[in-house]
Amino acid sequence: MTTSPVQRIVGAVWHHRLFWPVVALIVLLLACQINSPGFLSIDVRNGALFGQPIDILRTAATPLLLALGMALVIATAGIDLSVGAVMAISLAVSLTYLQGSASAGEVPTVMAAVALGIGVALLCGMFNGFLVSVLGIQPFIATMILMVAGRGIAMLITQAQITTVTSAPFKFIGSGSVFGLPTPVVIAAVVFVIVAVIVRRTALGMMLESIGINREASRLAGVNSRGITWFAYALAGVLAGLAGIVYGAPTMAADANNIGLMKEMDAIMCVVLGGTLLSGGKFYLSGTVIGALILTTIERAVIIFHLPSQITPLFKAIVIIAVCIAQSPELRTWLHKAGGRMRTKTPPSAPSTTASTSSADDPRKEVAVS
Amino acid sequence: MSHPSGHAPVVEMTGITIEFPGVKALDSVSFRLFPGEVHALMGENGAGKSTLIKALTGVYQIAAGTVNIDGKAVRITGTDAAQKAGISTVYQEVNLCGNLSVAENIMLGHEPRFGPFISWRALKAQAATFLARLHLDIDPSSKLSEHSIAVQQLCAIARSTVVQAKVLILDEPTSSLQQAEVDELFAVIRELRDQGVAILFVSHFLDQIYEISDRITVLRNGSFIGEYMVSDLPRLQLIEKMIGRSGAELEKIDKTSERRDPQQDATPIYQAAGLGKFGKVENVDITVHPGEIVGLAGLLGSGRTETARLMAGVDRPEHGETSLRGKPTPINDPKTALKNNIVYSSEDRKKEGIIGDLTVRENIALALQSLRGVWRPIPKAELDTIVERYLTALRIYPANPNMLIRNLSGGNQQKVLLARWLATQPELLILDEPTRGIDIGAKADIQRLVVEQAREGMGFVFISSEFEEVLRVSDRVLIFKDRVITDDLDNAEHTLTSTDILHAIAALTDAKPRDAAQPATHATVTKEHNA
Repeated sequence: MTTSPVQRIVGAVWHHRLFWPVVALIVLLLACQINSPGFLSIDVRNGALFGQPIDILRTAATPLLLALGMALVIATAGIDLSVGAVMAISLAVSLTYLQGSASAGEVPTVMAAVALGIGVALLCGMFNGFLVSVLGIQPFIATMILMVAGRGIAMLITQAQITTVTSAPFKFIGSGSVFGLPTPVVIAAVVFVIVAVIVRRTALGMMLESIGINREASRLAGVNSRGITWFAYALAGVLAGLAGIVYGAPTMAADANNIGLMKEMDAIMCVVLGGTLLSGGKFYLSGTVIGALILTTIERAVIIFHLPSQITPLFKAIVIIAVCIAQSPELRTWLHKAGGRMRTKTPPSAPSTTASTSSADDPRKEVAVS
Repeated sequence: MSHPSGHAPVVEMTGITIEFPGVKALDSVSFRLFPGEVHALMGENGAGKSTLIKALTGVYQIAAGTVNIDGKAVRITGTDAAQKAGISTVYQEVNLCGNLSVAENIMLGHEPRFGPFISWRALKAQAATFLARLHLDIDPSSKLSEHSIAVQQLCAIARSTVVQAKVLILDEPTSSLQQAEVDELFAVIRELRDQGVAILFVSHFLDQIYEISDRITVLRNGSFIGEYMVSDLPRLQLIEKMIGRSGAELEKIDKTSERRDPQQDATPIYQAAGLGKFGKVENVDITVHPGEIVGLAGLLGSGRTETARLMAGVDRPEHGETSLRGKPTPINDPKTALKNNIVYSSEDRKKEGIIGDLTVRENIALALQSLRGVWRPIPKAELDTIVERYLTALRIYPANPNMLIRNLSGGNQQKVLLARWLATQPELLILDEPTRGIDIGAKADIQRLVVEQAREGMGFVFISSEFEEVLRVSDRVLIFKDRVITDDLDNAEHTLTSTDILHAIAALTDAKPRDAAQPATHATVTKEHNA
């Protein structure tokens, strides 16, 4: 109880669940800056911001969109493996519609194409949600169906061709800029705010967590776990559809075999890096944003360091393992004990007060860490 | 069935102590098992029955004490060692493989071989002889899952005879059986007994214990209470020994609760007729009036919790009619119950109550929020008021709404759960063991709250293993035994005593679970309810 305010702030920062992910992000960015001076500089060209950091933000938009939906699904103690395939489906639908349309360059046509793509993605999400919440199939298996079959569906839509279209408004979704920021960044930011508001300003977030933590107790408390779980999968589908369009818009080519390949793993990674446990329950949207930024920065760092692209996965794995180890509750307890022992050695009159005070002040935070 | 003195026990356990981190699960318990005898192991939940069985079958390691089998000291190091010593166990849940044939299940691990290969013909023939020994006329090559649970149970017993068991342990073998199947099983048990097998029998059904056993050992809180011949131990005494208080002692309860006035003539809040679900409870009729507290008393597994779960739609009733305030309303899930102002507080606080990683505030809000729907969050100010009111009224400590509920003590968790249910302003609150495992202060708070709320017109169903507690709060006590209501005792003047309840439970009922449509009548039990 005798800790100074400074100590308390330091303690709060140190114990914050985003401490290690943010440290990892900063370290990565600094390493890039040292290796390639000017990496962090941003300049304005033609009224738009340019530079590596902006590029990282642009690239992070796709995994972030996927990961926001994934976070809600994971909160219910589920998983959605189909998001990569759903990306391919929605892009294929949008581009095929544009290809068949006489006015592919007009804004209303593009809006219709996007709506159609996202609509089909919604259906995919509803299908997943139906399998999981109504039929009670394990989420891993249920969503694996679309993960595997989804690409086949996308191939059917594009008739096994790589559908290419020329449409300035569509391209704008992926490579234009709004208020000086790349369109994908603006889209991702808007979606983040919308999801955050839906989840935290209604009771949805609490109920998602409640279902993920203790499904039976939630059922007994009258929580509509079927409807809420279904909603999470549907939303994950919609966001995956949007991600597919944002991802494919710059090239305007729907390659059903490769769009969104392995992106579901990236999305899961972002969620986990952000401090959400795969076992469900508490989830963190802001942490997910940091996760998406770390993931994208790693990919960029591989290029900056002139590492052969084949070892990108290895490099990714190393950073992720490091962050996960740093977040491990066992390690933290162990470090805490070790630290406490060292502290008690020097001033024997001051036992490890930090642990007890921080937990008494804010038990939520303490638990989020441990 | 008595034994000539000098007849040596086949199993003799002396001074058995088993420790789990921080707890003594068994404290110097002794237990004897004689050949050709059915020995019932009795005790309430947590008394140490299964721990003792697991000590004998090698699942748990013994910290202190000796086990003699056939007079020789043995160390049972594992389940296979127990099997080698001739101890066979049939567990409560049939743990056989439903997708294998009956013969394969019976002979599993003892398959007759031809070189490295299984001789299927010999296997089937041997299985058939084991089945015949139990008078079980089924095709050994049929799939096990095709048969009823009772037959599967018998197959499990047949399997235990393959190893020429000297000792057969039956842990709650009758809990999923119907009366006819129980009779069938008992015939087999008697036959095995007459062949000289020592049988250890565990059941919650008192009538069955008295029907089949020769000797009873009573455990309580991990300690040995005594070993008795069945003929020397009337039911009343057995129950007293199991719960650890004499009837006279139980009467010394303070009757603090004031006389309230349940509105007996008003339309009942809740009325059920013939409520039941196979294997849970049969034909339960139950009525709760506004402001009335109905206590459910009975031993564990007697059907009191099962009834509560059916009332609140936690389990879906298979038959029966329910009407709420005189209007027929089927209650098939907790959501419907909640919408109709019925809530159920589970006996399993951890698994079915708290959402451990959510805060106290969120835990209180959960049911009310479900009632309003996901998209209409309770306004912050309103929730603050509700949370504040219950934190104070229920004396929840620490009174910090942002604390995670799992960091609270059991008693305070229970109070938070009560707050969750009360916040929905229910008309009927079903409390299943609301005071189990919590300290005396919290217990008194909860009892006080129940009585207060009832005075304001809320109806209650109150379940507790502690009879004093049921008596202290209830206006009426329904006695459960073997899955049916056997009696309905009036307690409006709080004149009932624990002895009355003990008598009511111990009273012999002719009614079998299957055909207990009309409540049994007893000479011993005093008051009939006249509502």
